[in-house]
Amino acid sequence: MTDDRPTVALFVTCLVDLFRPAVGFAAVRLLEDAGCAVTVPRGQTCCGQPAYNSGDRSDAREIARRTIPALEGHDYIVAPSGSCAAMLRHHWPDLFADEPDMRVRAEAVAAKTWELTSFLTDIRGVKGVSARYDGTATYHDSCSGLRELGIAEQPRQLLRSVAGLTLKDLGAPEECCGFGGTFAVKYPDISGRMVDDKSADIEKTGADTLLAGDLGCLMNMAGRLKRRGSKIKARHVAEVLAGMTGEVPPIGEGEGDA
Amino acid sequence: MSAQHPTTRNFVANAREALADTTLQKGLATAKLGFRDRRTAAVALLPEFETLRDEARGIKNHVLANLDLYLEEFERRVIERGGHVHWAADAAEAREIVLGICRAAGARTVTKGKSMISEEIGLNEFLEDNGIVPVETDLGEYIIQLRHEAPSHIIAPAFHVMKEQVGEAFRAAHPQFDPNRSLNEPRALVDEARTVMREKFLAADVGITGANFLIAETGSTVIVTNEGNGDLTQTLPKVHVVLASLEKAVPTLEDATTLLRLLARSATGQEFTSYTTFSTGPRRKEDLDGPEEFHVVLLDNGRSALLGTDMQEVLRCIRCGACMNHCPVFGVIGGHAYGWVYPGPIGAVLNPSLIGIEEAGHLPNASTFCGRCEAVCPMRIPLPGLMRRLRERQFEKGLAPMAARWGLPVWAFLARNPALYRLVTAPAMRLLGWLGRRRGRFSRLPGAGGWTASRDFPAPQGPSFQALWDRRGGKREAGR
Repeated sequence: MTDDRPTVALFVTCLVDLFRPAVGFAAVRLLEDAGCAVTVPRGQTCCGQPAYNSGDRSDAREIARRTIPALEGHDYIVAPSGSCAAMLRHHWPDLFADEPDMRVRAEAVAAKTWELTSFLTDIRGVKGVSARYDGTATYHDSCSGLRELGIAEQPRQLLRSVAGLTLKDLGAPEECCGFGGTFAVKYPDISGRMVDDKSADIEKTGADTLLAGDLGCLMNMAGRLKRRGSKIKARHVAEVLAGMTGEVPPIGEGEGDA
Repeated sequence: MSAQHPTTRNFVANAREALADTTLQKGLATAKLGFRDRRTAAVALLPEFETLRDEARGIKNHVLANLDLYLEEFERRVIERGGHVHWAADAAEAREIVLGICRAAGARTVTKGKSMISEEIGLNEFLEDNGIVPVETDLGEYIIQLRHEAPSHIIAPAFHVMKEQVGEAFRAAHPQFDPNRSLNEPRALVDEARTVMREKFLAADVGITGANFLIAETGSTVIVTNEGNGDLTQTLPKVHVVLASLEKAVPTLEDATTLLRLLARSATGQEFTSYTTFSTGPRRKEDLDGPEEFHVVLLDNGRSALLGTDMQEVLRCIRCGACMNHCPVFGVIGGHAYGWVYPGPIGAVLNPSLIGIEEAGHLPNASTFCGRCEAVCPMRIPLPGLMRRLRERQFEKGLAPMAARWGLPVWAFLARNPALYRLVTAPAMRLLGWLGRRRGRFSRLPGAGGWTASRDFPAPQGPSFQALWDRRGGKREAGR
């Protein structure tokens, strides 16, 4: 039997790999439901953003150089993160400005790299999912996804098809949550105030669930919501879309909360 | 903070102080939203706004590629019309030139329109030290002059000052008025400022303004204001001095109007400012008013060194302030925390270029790269990208913080070696996951104080995705 499904390399991202495998499995289910054959290439670790955004361009370049061969043999590369997808899409080619051969390969990878929800809607034409989630959620647009990849409507379109789910808009949807990768630990006072303001905005919606497409932002917001004593549950949008919220507690909650 | 005494090195402490200042916080929360809403509304009314941005970028790129040509043409035109052009390599030279003009005019008081170049060269302090009284005539500038402060915003210098604080400053500075007068309404404050200012305008010997644009084909300088103070500053005294930095040049009047269409909309959300004033040389015989002398001081102060480098794009800036109005960091710490003349994203790029990366190293780092500044910049300056370049420069010079210099290369080494990465991270995550399994988070964690000071740290699930994937026999290699 020949398998003519498009092949997708799941670039799982280091945060999902290390902190929340459930997001990876949710992404796999969504991609398979959308008719893709999913592979998790072994040569992947991190997109290199921590180094790249800290001015360590050469380490970022070497990470990309090491990862490109693992990804290029697939029809598509999909990441459950706007930030990491934007790194592959916009910044990897730029890292090889002085190496024409590698630049061509990086550009080829960039051209077929997608953030998960936009891949489902824009490439696979998915109109809705069959999941159910009983609750009221607000969706936070992570900055890289929103401004580097133009992701805003795609996750919302998919979420509107989730049975039992009501969506509420944030008051300031375009405002950064204050994560910013290493920014959160380099400037904790400023980052702390930003995520506190964001948390207040989330609470004001009256939603019981916070969703987003980037685990970094989610860990930041969930961490602050918990510190504020909030009961709001934070989850990656893929968990809800895949109907897999029963498999792990929300971000920042444990067995004790169940 | 002053032009000569930046506090950029103390950025972290400055920011902490700003975060603790409840009056400032209240002001910031409302002011930033006003700016953002007004810009959004103005942009929505102009369908060709995005096209204009492209055009404006093209104009400035062309100017920067031919800057010497346009500056020389500008100089020729100014001289033809009887004006003078002075070239200042740095702040000290610019100050001396201005002082020289003031002394030649026998000046005792000078009125001033709003000028960031004046802030950059620390002109007021210098004039005072030399026995000349500078009077700021822009209301915001006047307020902060009374409070002995620097501006906290490039278009709204008193952005950080509440109405009540203005009242206090006026009571202290204007003993000539009834001490029991009401200053609760903005109108009352404006009227009082106007009354005080009128006398100053008439008494001034020299008027100093900035310039938003220098038009090469006509030798004109352009300022935009909403108070009309600029006009009175430059037409009433017998000498008019224009302070401008080199990159303000544009080829033609038409180019200037293209940029003007973007400027006010991006800055205050107005289609046009209330006053847009073109000055071309001194008063001619047939003119009803105008200065007898017209001087333009052209300041370099590090800008020409950016030409032809990967930082050149910052010179497209037209100082609208949209980047800071939309910046989430500026939005919580305000302008003074940045520690030198230009705050917000534009300052994070410009200040290190003008006063050195050693001095202003924090600024390009204190950004989440959320990208909103670039999204609203009318001149399409890639501000986050330029901040990243400055971070690269710091990293190359070994100026990056310890954690970045040591921690990141270790992480990067692991990230380059997937097998080793999996070997090292797996036990650490399993341990963290096991420790956090009940609460699902940590309130404190060794080495993560920066994170846990204000938020909990979510615990990992335990085993990594890749380990679980292998356990399930998931597909690992390409091929069908």
